[in-house]
Amino acid sequence: MEQVPLAHLLILSSALFFLGVYGFFTRRNMITMLMSVELILNSVNINFIAFNKYLFPNQLEGIFFTLFIIAVAAAEVSLAIAIIINLFRKFNTVDVEEVDTMKF
Amino acid sequence: MSASTIIFYIVSALVLVFGAMSVFTRMIFRAAIYLLFSLIGIAGIYILMNMDFIAALQVLIYVGGIIVLIIFSIFLTHQSGDKLPKPLFKRIVVAAGMSAFGLILTLGVFYRTAFKATTEMGVDHSARNIGRQMLDYHHHGYVYPFEIVSFLLLAALVGCIVIAVKIKNK
Repeated sequence: MEQVPLAHLLILSSALFFLGVYGFFTRRNMITMLMSVELILNSVNINFIAFNKYLFPNQLEGIFFTLFIIAVAAAEVSLAIAIIINLFRKFNTVDVEEVDTMKF
Repeated sequence: MSASTIIFYIVSALVLVFGAMSVFTRMIFRAAIYLLFSLIGIAGIYILMNMDFIAALQVLIYVGGIIVLIIFSIFLTHQSGDKLPKPLFKRIVVAAGMSAFGLILTLGVFYRTAFKATTEMGVDHSARNIGRQMLDYHHHGYVYPFEIVSFLLLAALVGCIVIAVKIKNK
């Protein structure tokens, strides 16, 4: 693992990030949009861990940021799914285009 | 090329392929399963970087918690077997253009930046050390954000129940 340059890890994480961005813009289903957000958060986690491992190995800061991102992602997903289930009960769909009650 | 290097490239290719399949497939249940494999691959990358604690957390929280929650919500809101509608062509072009532009911009920045790898000895990042620094309140400790995150999780828990509960009207 020592021979893998840092740039390759960054290329992996940025490719994953923009895959998530593409999915977030094309998908209109709320659950698949949520899955794209998970991809984005995971790519950021890879970046934090890689920078911690390669550039600042004498600190633990990247690990802490990753831990907090994972905790916030768990809270975010559970809340989003509660909202999606509530919306499905009211509108009988999970498509973002059709849920427009609050649209001006 | 040592064995771990080859394994790293194979695992990262798998992560990218499964991530792409999860984004492009039109079957929503399959998208969740591909996302599951992609997240497991990311845990493998953490293991290859000797971050065992983070890899264990990734498997526990993402694979064991979040994906199961997503699959449950798919079962609650979708008929099995029906395909998602095709996205509009205009939207595909805009999204692909934006992501390709962003990717090229980011890769250009990486190409021009020289990252200097340090030769310093690393600290031991075992679970014991991580826990000790996280709960430390003297030197660079993280006990205050830890408390805030625990409060956030409690608030999310209560909020989920309040939002998703079904009120019976008599």
